[in-house]
Amino acid sequence: MPKAMMIWPGNPGLSIFVWAILAIVVMYAARIPAHQAIRGFTRVVAHTLRLAGHSLMDAQKRLALRNREVLLASGQELTERQIEQEFSRISTTIAKDLGTYPALHRKLSEQVASIDEDYRAATDSPPDPPAWTSAIGMTQQLVDKSGGDKTVGRVIEALHKGFMRAHAQAMGEYRKSSRTRHRLLSHMMPFWRRTASTLASVDKTVNGIVERSNHIDKLMEQYHEISKRSDRAERMLSTSAMTQFLISGLVLTIAVLGGFINFQLIALPMSEMVGASARLGSLKVSQVAALVIIMVEITMGLFLMESLRITRLFPVIGSMQDRNRRIMMWASLVILLVLASIESSLAYMRDLLAANNAALTQSLAGIAVQQPEFHWIPAVGQMTLGFILPFALTFVAVPMESFIHSLRVVGGNALEAALRLAVFACHLAGSLIHHLGSGLINTYDLAVFLPLKVEHLVLGVTASKTRRGKVPAA
Amino acid sequence: MNIRQHITALVAAAMLLGCTSSAPGRGVYMLLDTSGTYTEHLNKAQSVVNYLLGNLTSGDSFAVARIDSGSFSEKDILMRATFDARPSVANDQKRSFKKTIDTFAGSARGASHTDITGGLLQAVEWLNEVGPGQKTVLIFSDMDEDLQKGQIRDFPLDLRGFHVVALNVTKLNKDNVDPRIYLDRLEHWKKRVEEGGGTWQVINDLERLDAIIQDT
Repeated sequence: MPKAMMIWPGNPGLSIFVWAILAIVVMYAARIPAHQAIRGFTRVVAHTLRLAGHSLMDAQKRLALRNREVLLASGQELTERQIEQEFSRISTTIAKDLGTYPALHRKLSEQVASIDEDYRAATDSPPDPPAWTSAIGMTQQLVDKSGGDKTVGRVIEALHKGFMRAHAQAMGEYRKSSRTRHRLLSHMMPFWRRTASTLASVDKTVNGIVERSNHIDKLMEQYHEISKRSDRAERMLSTSAMTQFLISGLVLTIAVLGGFINFQLIALPMSEMVGASARLGSLKVSQVAALVIIMVEITMGLFLMESLRITRLFPVIGSMQDRNRRIMMWASLVILLVLASIESSLAYMRDLLAANNAALTQSLAGIAVQQPEFHWIPAVGQMTLGFILPFALTFVAVPMESFIHSLRVVGGNALEAALRLAVFACHLAGSLIHHLGSGLINTYDLAVFLPLKVEHLVLGVTASKTRRGKVPAA
Repeated sequence: MNIRQHITALVAAAMLLGCTSSAPGRGVYMLLDTSGTYTEHLNKAQSVVNYLLGNLTSGDSFAVARIDSGSFSEKDILMRATFDARPSVANDQKRSFKKTIDTFAGSARGASHTDITGGLLQAVEWLNEVGPGQKTVLIFSDMDEDLQKGQIRDFPLDLRGFHVVALNVTKLNKDNVDPRIYLDRLEHWKKRVEEGGGTWQVINDLERLDAIIQDT
C-alpha cells in the first residue's frame, strides 16, 4: 500500500479497513447512477454489435445472391460452350464421315450388284445323272440278255461305250462349270469383306453420333435446370466448381514446381549474359531475367492455347478472324520454339559453368581436377529438359482457366462463410455484453450489500409503521 | 500509341532501370605476416586464401599483401582483384590469384621487422578506394609489432565501417613465460581498432572461417 494512502502509518490493516468503508459508502451513494451507467454502456455496445450483425447479415445475403447469380451464369456459359462444342463435333463427323454418304451408297450398291451378278453366275445346273445311269444300266442288261449273239452284243457294246463317253463328257463339263462357280464364289469374298467393313464404319459413325446426341440431351437437361435457376442446378454447379478448384489448384502447384526447375536451369547461365553482381531490389538481375523468360514462355503458351480456342481467357483473341488467329498461333509457336532453343542452350551452358565451378573448387581444395566419366549424360538431360519444359508450361493455360473461373465461385463462397461467421460473432458478443451488464450490476450490489441490507431493514420498519398507522382502531 | 503513352512508357522504363543497381559486394584485404619464423605458417594462410576464393563471388574484391619491415606500400600487395560480373571470368581470376599466392608461399623470405600498422593503413586505403559494401581486414599474424627505428605508427586509426579479424595469433615463447603478455597484446589491438571505430575479432581455430564472411 502506498504511504500516501496510509491513514494510520504503521497499521495498514486499519487503513485498508477505513478505505474499504469509505469506498462502500461512496459506492452506495453512487449506486443508482452507477447502475444506469453500466446498463447504458452495455446497452449501447450490445445494440451496436447487433446493428453490425444485421448489416453483415444483409451483406452476406446480397453476396449469397450475387454468388448464386455468378455461379449460374458461369454454369450456363459453360454448358452453352459444351453444347456448342458437341454440335461442332457432330457437324465435323457428319461432314467428314457421312458427307460422302452418296458416294458410299453408290459404292455399296455397286458391290451388292457385283455380288448379285457373281451369285447368279455361280448357280449350279447339274446334268440329269439318274437318266444316264439307268441308260447305262439298261445297255449292260441287254448285253447280258443277248445270250452270246455277237452282233447284238457288239451293237449294244457300241451303244454302251457311246453312253459312257457321253457320260464322261457331261461329267467333265459339269466339273468345269463347278470350278468356274467356285472361282466366282471365291472372287466374291473380298467384296463381302469390303462391304462388311464399310458397313462397320458406317455403324461406328452412326453410333458415335447417337452417343453424342445422348450427351447433348444430358447437357440440354442441365441447361434447362440452370435456366430455371433451380436449387439442384446450384448445388450441382457448386460441387463442380469446388472439384475444379481443387484439381486445377493441384495441377497449378505441379506447374509451379516445373517452373521452379526451369528457373534453376537458366538462372546460373543468365548471370553469364547479364552479370551476376547487378541487382533489382533484393533479386539479382540474372534471376529477374530468368523469371522474365519463363513468364514470356507462359504468356506465349497462353496465346497459343487461346489461338487454338482451347481456352477462352482473352475474348479478343477468340473473336479474331480465322486468318488473324492462325497468324497469331504460328507467331506464338515460333516464339515458343525460339525460347525453348535458347533455354536448351542455356541449360548446356549451365552444365559447363557447373563443371568449371567444380574444377575450381577441386583446385582450391588441393584435389587433382577430375572429369566425370559420364559427364555428357546430365548435359544431354539438362538440354532436353530445357527444351521440353517451355512446351510443358504451355499447358498451364488450361488449369489456369479452370482455376480462375472456379476461384470466383469458391472465393465468393468462402467470403460468404466468413461473413456468416462474423454475423454469429457479433450476435454472440452482443448477447455476452448484455449479460455482462447484468453481472456487473449484481457484482456492484454485492460490494455494497451491507448498506443495502440496512436500507432494506429501515425501509421494512418504515413500511410496517406506515401500515400500522393506517390500520383503523378497533 | 500517342505521344503521351510513349512518354509514359519511357518514364516507366527509366524508373525500372533506375531501380537496378550494382551490388557493392564484399571487400576483403588479407595481411600475411612474413617476419621471423612466422613464414612457417604460410601454408595455413594459403588454405585461408583458398577458402576465401571459394566463397567470394562476382562483384567482390579481394587483395593479399605481406607484412614486412615497412608495410605501408603498394609494393607489398601481392595480388588484388575485383571479381568480374561473369562467373566464368571470375573463376579465371581466382585461378590466377591462387597461382600467384602459391608462388609467393613457395619463395617467401622472413622480414627483419613487423609493421602491422602500416599494413593495416594500406588495407584501409585500398578498401576505401574500391568502396565495397562490407569491408574486412584479415591479419594473419602473431600480432607482435616490431617497428624499425624511426617509424611512427602510434597515432589513431580511422577504421569506421571496418571489421578487423586477427587470424592464427600464435603464442610466442615470452607468452608462455607470462600469458599476460599475449592477453595484453590482443587487448592493445582490440582497443586500437575499436577506438578507431572498427570491430575486432580473433579467430585462432581456422575451422571457423565461415564466421569471417557473411553473405551480402
